[in-house]
Amino acid sequence: MATKILIPTPLRGYTDQLDEVEAEGATVGELLSDLTTRYADLRKHLYAEDGTRRNFVNIYLNDDDIRYLEKDQTPVTADDTLSIIPSVAGGAWS
Amino acid sequence: MTTALTNEEVARYSRHLIMPEVGMEGQLKLKAARVLCIGAGGLGSPVALYLTAAGVGTIGVVDFDTVDYSNLHRQIIHGTPDVGRSKLESAKARLNALNPEVEVVPYEMALASNNALELFADYDMVVDGTDNFPTRYLVNDACVLTGKPNVYGSISRFEGQATVFAAEHGPCYRCMFPEPPPPGLVPSCAEGGVLGILPGVVGTLQATEAIKLILGVGESLIGRFLLFDALKMRFRELKVRQDPDCPVCGTHPTVTAPIDYDQFCGITPAAPVAEPTTPGSGDVTVEELKSHLDGQDSVLLVDVREQREFEICRIPGSVLIPLGELPRRLSELDGHTDMVVHCKSGARSAKAVALLRDAGYTQARNLQGGILAWIDRVDPTLPKY
Repeated sequence: MATKILIPTPLRGYTDQLDEVEAEGATVGELLSDLTTRYADLRKHLYAEDGTRRNFVNIYLNDDDIRYLEKDQTPVTADDTLSIIPSVAGGAWS
Repeated sequence: MTTALTNEEVARYSRHLIMPEVGMEGQLKLKAARVLCIGAGGLGSPVALYLTAAGVGTIGVVDFDTVDYSNLHRQIIHGTPDVGRSKLESAKARLNALNPEVEVVPYEMALASNNALELFADYDMVVDGTDNFPTRYLVNDACVLTGKPNVYGSISRFEGQATVFAAEHGPCYRCMFPEPPPPGLVPSCAEGGVLGILPGVVGTLQATEAIKLILGVGESLIGRFLLFDALKMRFRELKVRQDPDCPVCGTHPTVTAPIDYDQFCGITPAAPVAEPTTPGSGDVTVEELKSHLDGQDSVLLVDVREQREFEICRIPGSVLIPLGELPRRLSELDGHTDMVVHCKSGARSAKAVALLRDAGYTQARNLQGGILAWIDRVDPTLPKY
């Protein structure tokens, strides 16, 4: 079962410039694991070397932060959309 | 609160005064309000212009920069004659001309841990138009600590974000982004840039939220994180929740005063990440490169910038291989005994040299200061970007 994942601009260099990709899995964790298998270069941006997800990477299922759902165990369906939300500092960009 | 408007003010604000959501009462609230804008740049321009036009009584502006040509495609508070002038002076003149009834208070300084609390205490709310993570976290923490809402906006390329953090009972920036990305993972200059109109959209959203907070009308962005994509012309909304474990606004805060934000963001003050200028062993200066090229030495000059940057300016004789393509184009470098690598200012080329040396191209050397140093010291006829 494929679920849509929205890729933010800074990470599109690792997904062949695609802003939207599909991955397989029944939970958020499985989806992300499948995503980083398909796009291996993404892995180091989402996970630290010890395999834990980086703290500054926010994962949203539809409009909700998975930290307030069941984190990686949150079940997903084909109708859901997963988003990776980066924090962006820019305001002036010199 | 101010008790009345002058006849001139009634005329100026008449389209507000006849709206039930503003009216005389609302306009007097605006006149009594004090808003602090951090930054007079891309976001700060529309924020300060619209708040001034709307009649917000006191507008503080914090900035320490001067106006540059590269600001003008988006920082609409400044004009071409202002290039080289202090941004605050330029902004104040423009705002005073727009609405002399508004008091504009300039703060020519960098917002810092030792001045933020005192400054914020004098205002009702803060509008964050900064461009770096350390200041973002400082603005947030100082807003939480002084109890002032943080009207947040940020932009990159063609996407923007806006919300209201640190309002009473609302989440703060740290609830959503507990820690910043390490400097190595933020977009490099190759990925930077911004569509000039984008801060116009996002700054106007911030100004709208500020006005709504002052008036106490409508539904605020508190707890809602708005994402805007200018290319798709699409808005999305995410929920932001207050984190009870948040180190600054949670139930047991550990951050009770501003901290060292450079350190928190992994930035070493002595060596800014974007511009590593410390010469490494085997680095080449632009003068040395010039004499190599003049002497017809068989040096291969590799430019690791992007095609669009190459189109703006290039060093004659250079070969373009963008950093991202370098690993799969190594064979093009075979047979060259001497190799100099450059980018815009030296950061990407340092990465490229490390990559090349790892791949066995031990003769690769980095051009110190990149093409910017070349333009400054060898060929000032080339355009700088």
